[in-house]
Amino acid sequence: MSINQPSAPFVGTIEKSPKISLIGTLAMLVEAPGDFDLVQQGRIWALADAVSAWPNVQEAVIGVTNVMLVFEQPPADIGMLSASIAELWHRTPSRKTGGKVIEIPVVYGGEFGFDLPAVASRSGLSEREVIRIHSEGDYTVCAVASSPGFGYLHGLDPRIQMPRKSVPSLSMRAGSVTIGGMQTGVAVLTSPNGWNAIGWASVAMFDPRSEQPSLMLPGDRVRFRIDRIEL
Amino acid sequence: MIEILTSPAFNTIQDLGRRGARRFGVSTSGAMDPVALAAGNALLGNDDNAAGIEIQTFPFRLRFQTDAAFALTGADHASTLAGSTVRPWWCMRAKAGDVLAVIAPRRGARVYATFGGGIDVPRVLGSRSTHLRGGFGGLEGRTLQAGDAVPIGRSPHRSDGRFDFGVAPPDVAIAGAAPADDRVLLIRVLRAGEYDLFSEAMQAAFWSTRWKISARSDRGGYRLTGGKLTLDAPVEMRSHGVVPGVVQVPPAGEPIIQMSDANTAGGYPKMAAVIEADLWRLGQAAPGSFIAFCEVSYQDAVAAMAPVNDYLAKLRATADLYREL
Repeated sequence: MSINQPSAPFVGTIEKSPKISLIGTLAMLVEAPGDFDLVQQGRIWALADAVSAWPNVQEAVIGVTNVMLVFEQPPADIGMLSASIAELWHRTPSRKTGGKVIEIPVVYGGEFGFDLPAVASRSGLSEREVIRIHSEGDYTVCAVASSPGFGYLHGLDPRIQMPRKSVPSLSMRAGSVTIGGMQTGVAVLTSPNGWNAIGWASVAMFDPRSEQPSLMLPGDRVRFRIDRIEL
Repeated sequence: MIEILTSPAFNTIQDLGRRGARRFGVSTSGAMDPVALAAGNALLGNDDNAAGIEIQTFPFRLRFQTDAAFALTGADHASTLAGSTVRPWWCMRAKAGDVLAVIAPRRGARVYATFGGGIDVPRVLGSRSTHLRGGFGGLEGRTLQAGDAVPIGRSPHRSDGRFDFGVAPPDVAIAGAAPADDRVLLIRVLRAGEYDLFSEAMQAAFWSTRWKISARSDRGGYRLTGGKLTLDAPVEMRSHGVVPGVVQVPPAGEPIIQMSDANTAGGYPKMAAVIEADLWRLGQAAPGSFIAFCEVSYQDAVAAMAPVNDYLAKLRATADLYREL
């Protein structure tokens, strides 16, 4: 159910507005229209920066081409608020990447990369080819979400994309390098996980006692380097 | 200081939760029944957000090492202090050496032990709540176990004040949605983003099914069984922020309600979201019990919080007055 997109006839070629929907009375999801690309993601970063300063917005939680606003109190006028957000969307320019570059050494395959054979089999490539393609990618942190310090990384080669599992693995080790749909990432905690593990890295991603607890932030760049291959 | 004597598993220190760190991927944690925690604190004259112990496995026993005021709220329980009965939703004063034993609840899932002055563990990212998956907050980021010494803050009230009174629990004092019947808890929800992607038959099944909270349910989320909700065409959604109370439908079709320890993001289609005024009721629903969903308007969802807030405000005012008598 969407607040701002009733089934209306197509009227012209103006850019589509974001889909805006409620998650209860204290959260609102704003999803960018169209396919994923870094320009749209940059507009989401810029929108999140702007709405974070609005009264009653506790925080703006960035996702993959979307942002969830969390409110202190239920907004009085949902229609007015979503109109303001759509208006802001149309006039906010995209924020460029330009964060720091993070290099992550990876042990590919092996005990913790247990889904590598499945990724290779789906792609029709050898396991070594999958590793080469993954480690040559240039990735951008789209969002930090799901678990503390977990960055959703964009830039995965379409040849090695792999849908999330319909039944998550019950225990995936912290540090697992994973593929979920068109994204890749490094699991921060040992926990159930629906992504596909292809390797493991020993980088500290999160420190709750730090003023800046997350190593990865939206807009940062990430490069994976082959530390070792275990097939 | 209090000493934990018996704590089977999954009992943790919680306040009302961690705000403002979702953007770093940090879920809120916090009491599953925030009304019970706030009520316990109000009985004692603490800040609403003072940390207490969420007890969800029993029996739980602790020993007071100093004189302290405490309250037990939440699930309807049988408990004793130094062998004498402690009533639910009641505050009392314990003497150094007294043992408090909380026995399995007769109704509800979680008992909250609060203490005059609150539990005084360090705040991490602004909260004392235990973030179990992250291993921080609470006592060393973990569940309580026998032998733990838990620090208590200084009570804001003089020690000769009155502490032996109670309050009617909110499920008695606040009218909720009428129960479907005695054995089914009716939970009010708003539709969420992907509701319209489900066929009319699936939507109808969502509202009419008597859902069972499966044994594979915890502070992270409640898995529901009793039906399957499937989409005609599967959707691969992009990861986005979610909040406790969201009802997601994974491809296998059995809905999951995200709760206090839920991830900050998800990618499954969202059918609905539990309204804030019913989230604490859900926090007291035990695995094996049944729930059903009913739809409310946004205005009614907002208005439903007024009786909850009134209940807590009245309780605080009355307790403040009573303590000074």
